[in-house]
Amino acid sequence: MNLIKSLLAGAALAVGLAGAATAGEKTKVGFIYIGPTGDFGWTYQHDQGRKAIEAAFGDKVETKFVEGVPESADSERVMTQMALSGTDIIFATSFNYMDHVLNVAKKFPNVKFEHATGYKRADNVSTYSARFYEGRTVIGHIAGKMTKTNTIGYIASYPIPEVVRGINASYLAAKAVNPDVKMKIVWVYTWFDPGKEADAANALIEQGADVIMQHTDSPAAMTIAEEKGIMAFGQASNMSQFGPNAQMTAIIDNWGPYYVERVKAVMDGTWSSTDTWNGIGKGMVGIAPFSDKIPADVQASAGAIRDALAAGTMHSFTGPINKQDGSVWLKDGEVADDGTLAGMNFYVEGIEAELPK
Amino acid sequence: MDFSAISPVSLIVSLMIASTPILLAAIGELVVEKSGVLNLGVEGMMIFGAISGFIAAVTSGSPLIGFIGGAAGGALLSVLFIILTQYLMANQVASGLGLTMMGLGLSALLGYSYAGIKPPASAHLDIAGLSDLPVVGPILFSHDIMIYFSIALVAGVWYFLNRTKAGLILRAVGENHDAAHALGYKVIRVRLLAILFGGACAGLGGAYLSLIRVPQWTEGMTTGAGWIALAIVVFGSWKPWRVLIGAYLFGGVTILQLNLQAVGVNIGAAYLSMTPYIITIIVLVVMSADKKRASINAPAMLGRLFHASK
Repeated sequence: MNLIKSLLAGAALAVGLAGAATAGEKTKVGFIYIGPTGDFGWTYQHDQGRKAIEAAFGDKVETKFVEGVPESADSERVMTQMALSGTDIIFATSFNYMDHVLNVAKKFPNVKFEHATGYKRADNVSTYSARFYEGRTVIGHIAGKMTKTNTIGYIASYPIPEVVRGINASYLAAKAVNPDVKMKIVWVYTWFDPGKEADAANALIEQGADVIMQHTDSPAAMTIAEEKGIMAFGQASNMSQFGPNAQMTAIIDNWGPYYVERVKAVMDGTWSSTDTWNGIGKGMVGIAPFSDKIPADVQASAGAIRDALAAGTMHSFTGPINKQDGSVWLKDGEVADDGTLAGMNFYVEGIEAELPK
Repeated sequence: MDFSAISPVSLIVSLMIASTPILLAAIGELVVEKSGVLNLGVEGMMIFGAISGFIAAVTSGSPLIGFIGGAAGGALLSVLFIILTQYLMANQVASGLGLTMMGLGLSALLGYSYAGIKPPASAHLDIAGLSDLPVVGPILFSHDIMIYFSIALVAGVWYFLNRTKAGLILRAVGENHDAAHALGYKVIRVRLLAILFGGACAGLGGAYLSLIRVPQWTEGMTTGAGWIALAIVVFGSWKPWRVLIGAYLFGGVTILQLNLQAVGVNIGAAYLSMTPYIITIIVLVVMSADKKRASINAPAMLGRLFHASK
């Protein structure tokens, strides 16, 4: 269904852009989204970033977006439509758009592309991502301190490095303060399916989890956590309205400043292909206010971790850390390099499940 | 891994919750198809029912009014399908697809200001003594009212189709509309009522999703449940009880694979995730392998347009 929807949307967009092309020298900015802008998670936050561009440049820009674009050849069609209709810069905001972005970018060397969370670049393709794992370290710490059943439930989407990194970071932080902690991981193989996300949350609660973390896009798990009276962490966006009691804090994706900066670069003609990976320090990852359900001492220690990560005096992956098979990954005091983090495809020692291939 | 960590009782309870939206939509579509109409707009009517039910429940504060609103919303959208296919003689497949797209778009528009609101909680059955029984209590006597309603609806549809004159007429219209017309039955009127019923059921299924299974409104939250419902109707070879089995099987495998993952079974999560769809495909293949039986079960006039003058 998404296919037809996005094709129609693409067509409508082409008509809209073609009509506007004569209107003046506006910088045209296009976005393709994996989910709906109303998901109150991942896509919602990207759309907030789009609105930040409009707020910053007003009449000088024109932004367009197509939502619910599948990570398939459909995304190439949508991006091609955008490029054909005079879009100056296109933000593709999901990991598996990667190869499609490069394909389209090859055909339109004058159009700038920005691909979120990917690692393949070209002269006109930049990549950008946020160090969400820093946020995971903070919530892992809180979860480790707060869990009564010593079981953290984790709803994972796809086994890609970004998700694996998040699991490892939160597990390490929880383990550091609670040696008995266990992590139960359920892969749902979707970014957005509220029904399935809710089912996964229920299954994890059934297995004894009293804290739920998620790497999916909807607030369904937060709603279930609220209903069942357990703890959860907002993902991508502040989800406290869905779980006023359940949400301990949230990892907030703050794309606005980066988007404004990149569009500015296009306007000034200074845009070049870059790789950006910012964390709490640069404000790309935000931590929502702590719930008052968290005891004061835990709030203080979690806050200290957040600040140390921001200041760069602490790193989420600092040795000694072994891989799941027991082999040494980082020696004592050694800090993970970005290359390994970007391609992380292994669990750290202590996680019992097997990583899907 | 520890299989004993999976409690069969809670597994059954969650599979019923996960299956009910699909079951409601499928049983409605079954009646529609039995009357010889193929309405591919189930997904659209479901999502529209999800938001209209959500709005009704939040505004009134009553989950019951929410479900009535959901059913009304689904039926309202199906009116469009009726006008297109029964009066303007439009192609049913295209109209149904159009209905789905429209439902998705319209619901996003209507629901814009309703995201992040908590719907009123639905009452659960609680019979002193019975609901507290071990095993039987949670499985049989402690659900929300809609689960009982959905099963009663399946029984009702079965009774209607097989034991009442009106049901016989509906089937006659679906098997041979020209003959039914010649006998003086109002083909269009029968189909109109069937489509309205189907729309109401799909809307109810959507409302179940937004009021009980997830409880929240999120744009596009049905994520293909309507298409699964359509497959379940074929899966159940247009028989109400088989549709119930099909829906519970699909829901059951979905829930089971999530639970298996949670206890750490190492089969490979990707394969587990695929199983509900694979099983659906296998059953569909097995069913259609026997051409004779499949053609006996499928309503002969399915998807064909009727005009009295021909």
